[in-house]
Amino acid sequence: MSIAIIDYGSGNLCSAAKAFERAADMVGLKAPVKVTSDPDDVKKAHHLVLPGVGAFADCAQGLAAVDGMTEALQEAVFQQGKPFFGICVGMQLLASHGLEHGSTDGLDWISGDVVAMTPQDTSLKIPHMGWNTIAQTHHHPVWDGIPTGPDGLHAYFVHSFHFLPKDPAHILATCDYGQTVTAMVGRDNIIGTQFHPEKSQKLGLALISNFLKWTPS
Amino acid sequence: MLKARVIPCLDVKDGRVVKGVNFVDLKDAGDPVECAKAYDAAGADELCFLDITASHENRDTIFDVVRRTAEECFMPVTVGGGVRKTDNIRDLLKAGADKVSINTAAVTRRDFIREAAEKFGSQCIVASVDAKRVSSEGEAPKWEIFTHGGRTPTGIDAIEYAQEVVDLGAGEILLTSMDRDGTKIGFDIELTRKIADMVSVPVIASGGVGTLDHLVEGVRDGHATAVLAASIFHFGEFSIGEAKQHMVDAGIPMRLDATR
Repeated sequence: MSIAIIDYGSGNLCSAAKAFERAADMVGLKAPVKVTSDPDDVKKAHHLVLPGVGAFADCAQGLAAVDGMTEALQEAVFQQGKPFFGICVGMQLLASHGLEHGSTDGLDWISGDVVAMTPQDTSLKIPHMGWNTIAQTHHHPVWDGIPTGPDGLHAYFVHSFHFLPKDPAHILATCDYGQTVTAMVGRDNIIGTQFHPEKSQKLGLALISNFLKWTPS
Repeated sequence: MLKARVIPCLDVKDGRVVKGVNFVDLKDAGDPVECAKAYDAAGADELCFLDITASHENRDTIFDVVRRTAEECFMPVTVGGGVRKTDNIRDLLKAGADKVSINTAAVTRRDFIREAAEKFGSQCIVASVDAKRVSSEGEAPKWEIFTHGGRTPTGIDAIEYAQEVVDLGAGEILLTSMDRDGTKIGFDIELTRKIADMVSVPVIASGGVGTLDHLVEGVRDGHATAVLAASIFHFGEFSIGEAKQHMVDAGIPMRLDATR
C-alpha cells in the first residue's frame, strides 16, 4: 500500500505528508508516502491525496500545468477506483466551477460550484479561520469512531469560499458559521474536506486513519 | 460553532527559545520543538514562533525549527520575524509553516502585503500591527505604528494602517499593544475593539496578558477572535487547559478536545 500526495506547486505538503505517515502508523499500516508531481506515481499509488491552498484559479492552473496529471488522476479515480482525498482547495477543485475572481473550471467530478461564504451575522469574520465542530449529514466510514456534533471534536478551517454541490447527497458533513458551510463532500471512492485534517490534531489523524482503512464499495 | 483561539508564542533566537517553557519536564526546555510539542499536547489552538535572530548567518535556523515542528505537531503554526521578501515566505511555508506574519517590511513598503497575498493567498498572510498610544489623557485616542520592538515611531496612524493592510489582502491581523507588551496589566481593549470591529478579517489580541481574566477581556470586550500570550504559559503560571476552561466559565465557546 502506498500514498501519493500530488505536488502541483500549491503550499505546504510537508505537513500533509507527515500527517499521513503518522496516521498510517497509528493503525499499523505500512504505507510509504510520496509527495510527487509525476503521473507515473499516481498510477503506482493505492491512495491519492490532492492538497491545495490559496486561490481556486491559481490551483486549477497549477494542476493543469503538470503534464499528464489530470488524466492520470481521472484514470486512477474513475477506472481503477482508488480512494481519493481532496483537502481544502484540493477538495474545491472537485467542483464544476470556482467563482473566486471570476469563473474557473474545476475537475467537475462532483457537480456544483465553489462560492463565497455569506454569513448572515455580518460581525463574523472572513476568512472562516479556526476550530469548528462538524455535523455529519450522510454517514461515511471515514467518520467511524470520531465524535462529531456540537460536543464532538473540532476541525481546523481557513477559507473564504465553500463548495455547494448540486446534489445534496454529495455533502457528507457541514459546519455552522452564520450559515451552513460544506465541510466534507464525497461520492463513490472520492472524499474531500474543506478543513485541514493535517492540522486538526486528534480529529484529523483519526479521519486520515479511517480513510487509509476504507475500502470503497 | 467556531471557537475562540488561544495561541502561545515562543521567541526563537538562533534556533533556541529565548524564554524556555518550564511547566513540564522537558529534556531540553530551550528546544523550540520540545516546547511546541508540549503546547500541542496541552491543547493550544495554534502556535506562533517569533524569530528574533539578529545575525544574517543564523537566519536559516528557523527553517529547521519549523520543519521539525511540522513533523511532530499537527496544528497550525504561524512564523514571524525577519520576513522581508516573498522568498522568505515561500521558504517558511515550504518548511511547514501555515501562516507567516509580516511586520516591518510592510510598514516600509505596503505593497509587500499585496504581493504576498497574491502569491500565496490571503489565508497565510498575517499582518503584524505594533501600535502605541500617542494621545494624552483626555484627548481623543490615537495610536501610532512603531517598529523595532516599539522603539521607532513611524508617524503612521495604527487604525488606518490596519484597514489598509486588510484592503491589500492580509487574511488576519496580529495586533500588539506596545504599551502593554510585557506589563501583565492586560490588553489595550479600546485599541483591540476599535480594530476588530472595523476590519473584516480575524484579529489576534496580543501584549499585556498577566491573568486569565485578561484573555477573557480580549475576546469579550476587545472582540478579538484569538488571544496570544507568552510568559503566563511558559513559566507555568497557568496551563493552556486552565486558560481555556476559565474562558469557557466566562461564557466564551472554546475547544477542549485535548482533555477528552
